[in-house]
Amino acid sequence: MGRKLLLEHDNKPGIQGLEGYRANGGYRSVEKALKLMSPDAVLEEVKKSGLRGRGGAGFPTGLKWSFMAKPPGVPRYLVVNADESEPGTFKDRYLMERIPHILIEGMITSSFALGANTSYIYIRGEYFYIYRILERAIEEARAAGWLGKNILGSGFDHDIHVQVGAGAYICGEETALLESLEGKRGNPRIKPPFPAVKGLYDCPTVVNNVETIAAVVPIINDGGDEYAKIGVGRSTGTKLISAGGNIRKPGVYEIELGITCEEFLNSDKWCGGVEGRALKAVVPGGSSVPIIPAELYFKTAKFEPRLMTYESLSDGGFATGSMLGSGGFYAYNDAQCIVRSTWNHARFYAHESCGQCSPCREGTGWMEKILYRLEHGQGRTDDIDLLWDIQRKIEGNTICPLGDAAAWPVASAIRHFRDEFEYHATHPTKVKDPKHFEKEPFKRIPKFASA
Amino acid sequence: MAKVTIDNIEIEVPDGTTILQAARMIGERSKADAYVVPPAMCYHSKLKTSGGYCRTCIVKVTKGSEKDPRPMPKPVASCRTNVMDGMVVENTVNPELIDARNGVVEFLLINHPLDCPICDQAGECHLQDLSYENGKEASRYQFERRTFEPIDIGETIKLHMTRCILCYRCVKVAEQITDGRVHGVINRGDVSEISTYITEAIENDFSGNMIDVCPVGALTDRTFRFASRVWFTNPLDAHRNCDKCSGKAVVWMKGAEVLRVTGRKDMWGEVEEFICNSCRFEKKSSSDWTIEGPRKIDRHSVISQGHYTNKLQQKLLTIAAPNDPGIEPFNFNER
Repeated sequence: MGRKLLLEHDNKPGIQGLEGYRANGGYRSVEKALKLMSPDAVLEEVKKSGLRGRGGAGFPTGLKWSFMAKPPGVPRYLVVNADESEPGTFKDRYLMERIPHILIEGMITSSFALGANTSYIYIRGEYFYIYRILERAIEEARAAGWLGKNILGSGFDHDIHVQVGAGAYICGEETALLESLEGKRGNPRIKPPFPAVKGLYDCPTVVNNVETIAAVVPIINDGGDEYAKIGVGRSTGTKLISAGGNIRKPGVYEIELGITCEEFLNSDKWCGGVEGRALKAVVPGGSSVPIIPAELYFKTAKFEPRLMTYESLSDGGFATGSMLGSGGFYAYNDAQCIVRSTWNHARFYAHESCGQCSPCREGTGWMEKILYRLEHGQGRTDDIDLLWDIQRKIEGNTICPLGDAAAWPVASAIRHFRDEFEYHATHPTKVKDPKHFEKEPFKRIPKFASA
Repeated sequence: MAKVTIDNIEIEVPDGTTILQAARMIGERSKADAYVVPPAMCYHSKLKTSGGYCRTCIVKVTKGSEKDPRPMPKPVASCRTNVMDGMVVENTVNPELIDARNGVVEFLLINHPLDCPICDQAGECHLQDLSYENGKEASRYQFERRTFEPIDIGETIKLHMTRCILCYRCVKVAEQITDGRVHGVINRGDVSEISTYITEAIENDFSGNMIDVCPVGALTDRTFRFASRVWFTNPLDAHRNCDKCSGKAVVWMKGAEVLRVTGRKDMWGEVEEFICNSCRFEKKSSSDWTIEGPRKIDRHSVISQGHYTNKLQQKLLTIAAPNDPGIEPFNFNER
C-alpha cells in the first residue's frame, strides 16, 4: 500500500527541470514507445491498464482512444484539459507546477498512440504562472529533441501548444473547451457528433485530463498489467486527491484506489483526521458530486466499509452514495452549515452557467436566489420543495453536464440534510448569524436511508 | 429510409431526418395528428445549426433503433437528434416528459416580462402559444426579473432584451444570411444578452429577417411599432419585382394602408423565404405590390380567430386531471 506513480519523485531536487526529471527516469516511456512499440501496442497497454478518465466522469481511457475516427488525410489532435476549475479540486495544478515534464512525456506517448502530430494544453486563465512553467518545460523538451520533427529518429513528429483560457468553468466541458480553443465563445456543442469524430477544427480529437495523460507514463514504463494490479476491481491505479476543508492536513495526496475511506480521512499519512469537532459531511469528488453525511461516508447503505474507488463511492446510487469525481475531497465538521455551503455552490453554478440552454440558464439563477433567501433568514418551508422541483427539472434536460452538476449538490443536500433547511426556514433570526452552528451545533439524528 | 413511430403513429422518412422533422411530416400528412409535433422555440428549418438550446422540443426515445433497441437515458432535443430505423419516440403520451416540458416553459417565463399587452408580437408570439399549451397558469418565481433598457440596434430594428429567450436565431441569421455579423451574445448565465457591444447599428440589406425569426417580441420592426395589433390587420400574399430577393412577401394591411411587410411563414411559424430590407421597410404602399390573395395563417393564432382548442390541450388536461368531470376525457385510442 502507498505506492506512488505520479508523485514518486515529487521532492527530488530539480524535478521541475528537464535534467532533474531525466535523472529520475523521465522520458523512458517515450523511448520505449517510439523505439520498441507500435501505436496500437501503446493503445493496447492503456486498455489493459484499465485506466479511467481522471477528470470526473471516469470513462475508460483506452476505450475513448479507440473511438477516435481515423479518416485518411485528416489531422488528429490530442487536447489536454487543464482547465481545472471545479471548486475543491487542485490536483492538476500541483502536478503541473511540480513535475511539468511528466505531462509533456505523457502527451508525446499518447499522441504517438493516437497518431496526433499536434497537441494542445488548454489551461485555465487563473493558472497563468503554470502556463509559464509549461512553456519553459516545452522549450527545454524541444531543445533536447523530445519535441519537433522526427523524434528519436522514429519518424514521428510532434509539437505541443499551450493555450490559456479566460477563466470560465464551462470551458472545462470538452466541447466548450474545443470551441474556446478555436477562438469562439466557450459554449458546449450539441452531441453527437462527439469529439472523437468531429472535434477541434472538425477533426478527430481526444480530450483528456492532465492526470489521465500523466498516468500513461507509468503504464508504458511498467506495462498495463502491472498498473492494473493496483486498485480494486475496475478502479485501477493511483489517483490524486486534493483534500481540503476541516481536516488536519490539507493537500494533494496520491492514493492507491481501494484504500478505505476511513483510512484516508483519519490516517496521518493522508488527511490526519477531522479538526477539533465531529465530522458532519463529506464531498468526496469536487463540488458537483453529491454531498454525503458522515455515517454514509464510512459505511455504505449495506454496512460495508466504503472504499476510495469509483464503484464503492457511488454504491447505492444517489440515494446513499456519491461519486469519486475529479478527486476534490472536502470534509465538513459539525460547525459548518450545509445550507450556506449549498448556497455557495449554487452561486458558483449560477455564475458559471454559459446561458445557452434554458433550464440551466434560468434554473441555476433561480436556485441561487432561493438558497440566498433561506440562508439569510428570509426563507419559507415550501422553498425546500420548490428547490427540489427546480433541480429535478434541470437535471438531465440540459446540453452539457453543468446542469446536472448544479442540480446534484442541491438535491443531495436536501436529501440528507432536509432538517437543516427546515431549521433555516423556521429560525430566521438565529440563522442571520453566519456562524450560527458554531455556537449551537445542529443536533442531527443520523438516519440510514434504506436502499 | 427509416421507419419511426412517434406517439404510436408510424411514418417512413429519409435517413438523416431529425425527430422533429419526422413529427412535422406526420403533422403535414394529417392535420389531426399535428398534436404530436413538439413545440420548438430555437429551431428554425432554414437556419443551419439552429436548435438544441431552448429544450422545449425534448422527447423521450423509448427504443433507439431496430439494431440497438436500448432506450435513450435522458430526454433528447428532437430538433437535433436524427431518427434511426425502428426508433420509437414518446412525446405527448409520456406524462413525465410533459412535466419536464412544463418545467422548461416555466424556466423560459421566469425572466420574461409578460408585457404582452404592450408588446407588438402579441398574437403571433411563439412563447404565448407555448405557455398556453404547455405552461401553468401561475409562476412560482418570486424575485425581481432581469431587465434591460430597450435599444435600437439598427435604424429599423428595436431590441427589447428583457423579452429575449436567447434562442440564438437572430445570431444565426446574421451569420448565415447577411455578410458580416456585428451582434452576438455577451456575458453568460442568466445575465447573458444579445448585443452589438459597441453601439454599432446593424446595417445590412437582410438584417430585417432577424425580426421575422425572433419567436418573441425581442426584435421588433420600428416602422410598425404600436401601429396596430396584428389581429386587426389583414395579411395578404403579395409579390413585387426585386433585384435583391425573391420579392415574395406578406403585406399586413389595414384598410388600404400597408402597415408592415414580413416574409411568408409556413405552418410552423418559420420563414419560407428571406426578404430584403427595402421590400420590408420601404415599400409601404399598396401600389408597390401585386396582391395575390389572402394569406392563410396555418399556425394556431389569434390572427385566425380563436382556434386555440385543439387535441393537445384536451389531451394534456386529461393527463393532468384524469378524474375531473368538467373535462371531456381524451380518447387515447383515437388518432
